Amino acid sequence: MTLRAQALWGACAIAALSTAAAAETTITIATVNNGDMVRMQGLSDEFTKAHPDIKLEWVTLEENILRQRVTTDIATKGGQYDVMTIGTYEVPIWAKQNWLAPLTDVPADYDVDDLLPSIRSALSVDGTLYAAPFYGESAMVMYRKDLADKAGVTIPDQPKWDDIMAAAKAMTDKGNEIYGICLRGKPGWGENMAFITAMANSYGARWFDMDWKAQFDSPEWKAALDDYLSMMNEYGPPGASSNGFNENLSLFQTGKCGMWIDATVAGSFVTDPDNSTVADSVAFAQFPTKGDLENHGNWLWAWSLAIPATTDAPDAAKTFVTWATSKAYTELVAEKDGWRAAPPGTRTSLYENPDYQAAAPFAEMTLKSMNAATPDHPSVQETPYTGGQFVAIPEFQGIGTAVGQQFSAALAGQVTADQALSSAQSLTDREMKRAGYPK
Amino acid sequence: MARAVTNQRKSINTLIAWAIGFLIFFPILWTILTSFKTEAEAIASPPSFLFFHWNLDAYHEVQERSNYFLHFWNSVVISLGSTLVGLAIAIPAAWSMAFVPAKRTKDVLMWMLSTKMLPPVGVLIPIYLIFRDTGLLDTRIGLVIVMTLINLPIIIWMLFTYFREIPGEILEAARMDGATLRDEIIHVLTPMAVPGIASTLLLNVILSWNEAFWTLNLTAAKAAPLTAFIASYSSPEGLFYAKLSAASTMAIAPILILGWFSQKQLVRGLTFGAVK
Repeated sequence: MTLRAQALWGACAIAALSTAAAAETTITIATVNNGDMVRMQGLSDEFTKAHPDIKLEWVTLEENILRQRVTTDIATKGGQYDVMTIGTYEVPIWAKQNWLAPLTDVPADYDVDDLLPSIRSALSVDGTLYAAPFYGESAMVMYRKDLADKAGVTIPDQPKWDDIMAAAKAMTDKGNEIYGICLRGKPGWGENMAFITAMANSYGARWFDMDWKAQFDSPEWKAALDDYLSMMNEYGPPGASSNGFNENLSLFQTGKCGMWIDATVAGSFVTDPDNSTVADSVAFAQFPTKGDLENHGNWLWAWSLAIPATTDAPDAAKTFVTWATSKAYTELVAEKDGWRAAPPGTRTSLYENPDYQAAAPFAEMTLKSMNAATPDHPSVQETPYTGGQFVAIPEFQGIGTAVGQQFSAALAGQVTADQALSSAQSLTDREMKRAGYPK
Repeated sequence: MARAVTNQRKSINTLIAWAIGFLIFFPILWTILTSFKTEAEAIASPPSFLFFHWNLDAYHEVQERSNYFLHFWNSVVISLGSTLVGLAIAIPAAWSMAFVPAKRTKDVLMWMLSTKMLPPVGVLIPIYLIFRDTGLLDTRIGLVIVMTLINLPIIIWMLFTYFREIPGEILEAARMDGATLRDEIIHVLTPMAVPGIASTLLLNVILSWNEAFWTLNLTAAKAAPLTAFIASYSSPEGLFYAKLSAASTMAIAPILILGWFSQKQLVRGLTFGAVK
């Protein structure tokens, strides 16, 4: 064969290959490195087996990097991703900007009505769903039944903050490195402010009044922050101002916390006998309320899969999103890794499943907590905003983190509670004025 | 004449130097040790230093979940590519500033350095838009360009200081012998400045290798280097320290080995000349 003929054949082969490649759609999925997402990536072979024409590419990033990355991309219409993992904070804001493709015309067996109502409403704008929930969470009390019994205290299923404070006091045994209560202290809008905002909601506080004026000078905020600080200073672990979800998880799992109030998703971690030394003795209660108020903090979050409007493969992306958040996917997880591992907090059917109820001791309280959350009405007082443990406005990331730094400094003893509240008040008002509120 | 140093003094100095060296190296050592623990041992308190159940689980999992070699190759291409392109531009630039300075050369040097003072996030959106419109997002070429531009001021500054140490008379002599400008730079200047160029090259490879803002923000699945590989092992909800440590160890290993073998060159280059 002459060189020219060889070249010709080579060119034909390349052309044939590229035609084959063109028939295949590649979708790029941006996600966070949480256990449930890692499992999804592992199980995605099942998806590509069923859809050989769709190829998946994964970009897994740390939460804050991911948020910065996907926000830059979607705001500039960069089009690098076909599926993005975002939360209940981003979905309504981005949907209103027309950055997300609505999730309409989903397959009939997807059963949209099976999604938990609170989650569905948090991911919808004007009744249209803009993201599919992958796993959801509220917040609850996780506590050591053995320590509570030993200290002679009972924690009711619907505790009040007074019950929590009394139990924290009774369970604390600093000599043996057992701290009555572990709470988030690490500054950040999604770290300490998630907890403190939920706690303040339950105390009847609100971030803003109807004129978008900051409310940190209100008695409700003062009471909430004072109680938070005194609980943590008297019964909390040392160095709590740098503790976030993972730090508290490890403290609780190694038997150093009497109670931990945090995301419901932790239920499966603390009851996991492979990693938790206290797996057998954990019990659960709802997020505490204050006095006569019936507000459980309204913590609600769902890591969700959304399709940016800029995608060039909307159909393939939708096929993947509806696969990963379907009932069939839950069953696939149960079949491979057991019911305990099923992604929690998105579908009613999961909580009606007796196998799941038997395998997941935290299931009942998780569902109760999620159903109690009303992000449309964060506080008993009227608010101009929605959101539970956050305020659903674009400015909240910056303001929430700045306020979180003040409260973390108060926990570390660098400033007093009053100083922290007054700094929070002035910085929030300043930033809101700059951002042009009221709008 | 060197000062007389007693043996005792010498051993104390050595001990202090070792202690400081160990202190600086400790975080890396801890990362390496943690990578051989299980997730539960990685968060155990008090932590165990050496007496834990040594295992390779974290490495297995990282290997299974990520395409290490893709990220590694991207890192190699980006760091070497940007350094070589940078050197090709910087050698002539530094030559002209060192041997034929103009009235404003000093200002130009200062201006170049000032570009390093701008926080990169300030220009993220404009650069992202340029990349989007030129189709450079998530490409190795795009990152080579950005890394070249970012490190160019440092490369030029380093080379400039090395070149300044070389007596101009030698270059004049070469010119008298009929060397063209090209010959002069390639055959006379470059060989004499090899230690300086080598250490500039090494330092810039290391800087590019470790750069974690642009490499994370301008890539997605295809061109992501080892920084993105590390960033994929941190988790907001769940235990990850052992896996993160394994990923970090795998990411720093190549550059650590390179640094180890080239430390003589690096030290020689950084201390090159009489006044340093």
